[in-house]
Amino acid sequence: MRDIKVSLVGYGIVGHGVVDVLNRKKKMLRDMGLNLKLISVTDHTGTVMAEDGVDAEKILGERTLANLATTSMKGKEAISAIDSDLVVEVTPTNIVHGQPGLGHMEAALSSGKHVVTSNKGPLVVSYSRLKKLAEDNGVMMKFEATVGGTMPLISLVERTLVGNEIFGIRGIFNGTCNYILTRMTEEGIPYTHALSEAQDLGIAEADPSYDVEGVDTAGKVVILANSLFNMNIKYSDVDVTGITGVTPEALALAKKRGYAIKLIGDVPALTVRPTLVPLGSPIAVAGTLNSAAIYTDLSGTITVTGLGAGSIETASAILTDIVSIYRTKRIDAIF
Amino acid sequence: MRLSMDLELQDIPGQLLLALQPFSDNKANIISVVHHRDRKTPRGMIPVRFVVEMDRSKIEIVNSKLKESGISVVRAGEDRLIEAVSVVLVGHVLHSDLGDTVNRIDSTGFAEVMDVSLIMTGVDEPSSAYLKIRATGKAEIQKALAILREVGAEKKLLVIEPIEAEAV
Repeated sequence: MRDIKVSLVGYGIVGHGVVDVLNRKKKMLRDMGLNLKLISVTDHTGTVMAEDGVDAEKILGERTLANLATTSMKGKEAISAIDSDLVVEVTPTNIVHGQPGLGHMEAALSSGKHVVTSNKGPLVVSYSRLKKLAEDNGVMMKFEATVGGTMPLISLVERTLVGNEIFGIRGIFNGTCNYILTRMTEEGIPYTHALSEAQDLGIAEADPSYDVEGVDTAGKVVILANSLFNMNIKYSDVDVTGITGVTPEALALAKKRGYAIKLIGDVPALTVRPTLVPLGSPIAVAGTLNSAAIYTDLSGTITVTGLGAGSIETASAILTDIVSIYRTKRIDAIF
Repeated sequence: MRLSMDLELQDIPGQLLLALQPFSDNKANIISVVHHRDRKTPRGMIPVRFVVEMDRSKIEIVNSKLKESGISVVRAGEDRLIEAVSVVLVGHVLHSDLGDTVNRIDSTGFAEVMDVSLIMTGVDEPSSAYLKIRATGKAEIQKALAILREVGAEKKLLVIEPIEAEAV
């Protein structure tokens, strides 16, 4: 049995999901030979620490850690002070400067801790620097949850499709936009109407611009381009058009001719734009689903689809990343 | 070049084979043959449409051979525009001079707008249009799309193009 001390930084929707999933899967992980101990949880109010593992039942009922914090340490200070093997970074994302996640990830990697994250901002702003920092310190940085949520994409390309040349990846990487376009098509309602419906259901934020203007999708295009295509690009290199200009009439005209209109991110073209997708195409998924077509030389086109967001779903991708770090380590140890 | 030909055959056995021979002799690649037995002409002939890929210089020879065999060639025309693409435009499609937008494609000589459907919801509301563009080849389709993108930027139209089937 291998003991792994995990620190969680960020206690929002995804943070709650991570605590819940690590707790639920404790036995399964032990059966795999991994004793994952969540030794600290940190948010903007402070840190809960417990050497034998934080009591999940106790903290899951709280929205923030304000009433439970055992120390006032926060952010980078907590990351450096707490003796963990791995940091899960799930603070709110900022695609312009990457903070506070960027500072957190730098602190963790430079003190020799593996990092697993769902936070796009730091990777969009500073992927190559973080990757080098991880290599220099002999640790790993995993970020499957940043693109397509629970839908396996990065690990699929890096592991399962290894040996293939990847020509390109195109897909639907934002469930909010896909939901809005789906509802506009189904009901013939205008954009503003479908948006309010999505907001009522909690699918869209009060300020939806990050999703509907294509910013979120473009961030994912940057991450895929840098991590899978070694392109070393910035956000500003992506040509972005959101869905706010799409009308129900355009959707109806397209549908009559056998097409859906979807917000498609394209690597290596580095574009995000509403696009006609044939209705029978496997990437033309509806509702909040995400999808991606991976074009390869040996395997042809591979399509994946799955839920792009959600607390437990995102935590599931984080769990996969955590396990894969230690599985890789085991293989290294054998050879 | 690709050519489509409407021929009329007598309703007696062996006529289709007779019609095929001149194409075969002149190395034409037959793309399709549609034999309309159910649509006899008033003279009792059977119309057949051939689509063939063949050298331009051989057309006259094939034509005269067909006539020698008693087969009448009703029509022969070049199928120039063999590729097609669907595009949706959103914005002030009509008031930004739809005629000009279409003409910018048509005036290329290699691409034409073949179908336009327009939905207008109100005077100040953006309208939506479906366009089908045909062109002489795949590269020409890409050129036509580039022109449309340029026109779209100029006229503030959202140009929604189809996803390509394969990554380039």
